[in-house]
Amino acid sequence: MAQMNMIEAIRSAHDVMMKKDSTVVVLGEDVGYFGGVFRCTDGLQRKYGEHRVIDTPIAEGGIVAAAIGMGVNGLRPVAEIQFADYIYPGFDQIVSELARLRYRSCGDFFSPVTIRTPCGGGIRGGQTHSQSPEGIFTHISGIKTVMPSNPYDAKGLLIAAIESDDPVVFFEPKRIYNGPFDGDPDKPGVSWTSHPKGEVPEGYYTVPLGSAEVALPGEDLTIITYGTMVHVSIAAAQATGVDAEVIDVRTMAPLDVQTLADSVKKTGRCLIAHEATRFGGYGAELAATIQKECFYHLEAPIRRVAGWDTPYPHAFEWQYFPGLKRVSASIRRVMEAE
Amino acid sequence: MIEKSRLQIPRPTARPGDEPDFSYLDLSPAGAIDKPPIGSRTRNVEFLSSGLVRVLDDNHDAVGPWDPGLDPAQLQVALRWMMLNRAFDERMWQIQRQGRISFYMQALGEEAISIAQGMALRAGDMCFPSYRNQGLYMYRGMKLVDMMCQCLSNTRDMCQGRQLPVMYHSKEGNVFSISGNLATQVPHAVGWAMASAIKGEDHIAATWLGDGSTAEADFHHALTFAAVYQAPVILNVVNNQWAISSFQGTAGGQRRPFAARGLGLGIPGIRVDGNDFLAIYAATLWAADHARRGHGPTLIEHVTYRGGAHSTSDDPTKYRPRDEWDSFPLGDPVERLKQHLIKEGCWSEDKHGRLEKELKDEVQAAWKEAQKYGTMTEGPWLDPATMFEDVYAEMPQHLESQRRRLLEILAED
Repeated sequence: MAQMNMIEAIRSAHDVMMKKDSTVVVLGEDVGYFGGVFRCTDGLQRKYGEHRVIDTPIAEGGIVAAAIGMGVNGLRPVAEIQFADYIYPGFDQIVSELARLRYRSCGDFFSPVTIRTPCGGGIRGGQTHSQSPEGIFTHISGIKTVMPSNPYDAKGLLIAAIESDDPVVFFEPKRIYNGPFDGDPDKPGVSWTSHPKGEVPEGYYTVPLGSAEVALPGEDLTIITYGTMVHVSIAAAQATGVDAEVIDVRTMAPLDVQTLADSVKKTGRCLIAHEATRFGGYGAELAATIQKECFYHLEAPIRRVAGWDTPYPHAFEWQYFPGLKRVSASIRRVMEAE
Repeated sequence: MIEKSRLQIPRPTARPGDEPDFSYLDLSPAGAIDKPPIGSRTRNVEFLSSGLVRVLDDNHDAVGPWDPGLDPAQLQVALRWMMLNRAFDERMWQIQRQGRISFYMQALGEEAISIAQGMALRAGDMCFPSYRNQGLYMYRGMKLVDMMCQCLSNTRDMCQGRQLPVMYHSKEGNVFSISGNLATQVPHAVGWAMASAIKGEDHIAATWLGDGSTAEADFHHALTFAAVYQAPVILNVVNNQWAISSFQGTAGGQRRPFAARGLGLGIPGIRVDGNDFLAIYAATLWAADHARRGHGPTLIEHVTYRGGAHSTSDDPTKYRPRDEWDSFPLGDPVERLKQHLIKEGCWSEDKHGRLEKELKDEVQAAWKEAQKYGTMTEGPWLDPATMFEDVYAEMPQHLESQRRRLLEILAED
């Protein structure tokens, strides 16, 4: 075992897979010589060469499309979109092509592309470097949507994504690249070294796609969340003194309904927490699913705590971000409701 | 006079009721354009993107440096494929009009492009076609009956009822799946070609899109990536003058030819007579050699004319002169190759008529067979529960449960 932060774990996943499988190639803006703006591909080009770690033009639609073509020709591309906020020019290629190629050709053609992209707020990135668009992708049939919350899962899920013959959009919550974040921006940052999930095997392993995990066991309330909000939710549970069970969804689609439903049936109360805006968001899908699966076990209405339905405001980041204070308040409201 | 800014609204030279007017087309006489050596620098071959590479002249002779020197037997094969493409389209159009398929798109007037390029490329080269390239699928071995079954969405449909008619795919023939979204396949071809080079293989990719869809960002992404990585790919713009009702000027064709779109990136462009089988064949061979020998991409603009409606849902008499095609200065590709073969003394009206009849019968026999696998009104039927397959490599739980629910609902009937 080694100590890794999330960046090192992601880099290690690339390294393991590029060594194991010569068809794995990496492409994206600044990923090659420089090693990525977040350093997730640092050193890979020196190790595996310019033909396998490719700096691309600034054209997200072109990056996704070229990756699709490479995948059809037997490669296993890992494409980086530098910020999730920049993924939209590639959206048509993801929705109309990548997600549907297997379906429309009845399995004769497919392209096993993994698209990695840093997402989420809390880094003073303003509206163009803070978005959480993951929910949009969960709405698309034919792709899998993943968001890890720690280094161990990041590496294991990324290896599973690269090995998957299905396309995967892999969101990396950049606020927790260097350490977990409890939602209180006034506290000093912490690193992954003191966190059990910062212990990462150096070699090959996978965390299977489509499985959620109990991040914190508890009896009285289920908080369903993912990414950075896993840590905020755990901190809020501790701050409120509520015996909450925090579920890390990990793979947003396809969803591990069983793990979620088992927990809510046990606790009878459910709070859904995500950074993304609320209206029409992924939390609504979770709420509908829990309502269907657990209606007769519920002791209170399901609540959501999420980003406000505005663009991400630069100067009001900590009023916007559903941090420790807001999640704690939501916990109390679910616990007080009858 | 006061000069001020203005908005140009591009307008075609003729609308319904007007005399057709193709004076806007810059034409070169057959044989007039030089053939530069493979690997020439783009700056030295810019003339290829403004002139018009032609081999067949007005007297039906093959002339000039681009004559590929194909023997008569090969040309007869080519003519047969082009005629088959046309016979197939004609029958499928009727079948749609009879209400027996939902939709169809014909390649009328553009048949030389798919057949000439299919013949000039190697079997291992990968094709990323548009929806008017059915000739490519035929030439690369797809049976007519399979194409018809796709259009019928019946039990033998390669797409299992998931795609509109004409959206074929052929893994065995190395012809990609047609999307229906325009131009998306063009950067796929570039990515495929990049992978070929990464793997050290000498297969190249080729792709086709229309003049109208060159306006899509995907085309520009493709040009940039192809140029940056010198990908071994041929990018074909089929300029058939019309994108449904929008003439080629709406996509920017009035200022400079589409063949010149890559020049700013250093991609050589060849503007070719798209109704001249020999010229297309020669230009494709040039571009393929150029790519295979490490000199990167070529953009080929095929100047042709969409002889029919955009699709069975379209009525071109609403937006262009009814008889416009008759005045198109580059004629009809089938007729031109036929006349050339007659001039060469190895074909005749009689032979041509017999072949037409033979192909019509071949198409009819395929149609008879295709209907056995189901029609829109008569079984056998595809199992609707198959709609849940191939969304993912393995069916996830939520789709499995939706599939069971559908089966329950169907069982209630």
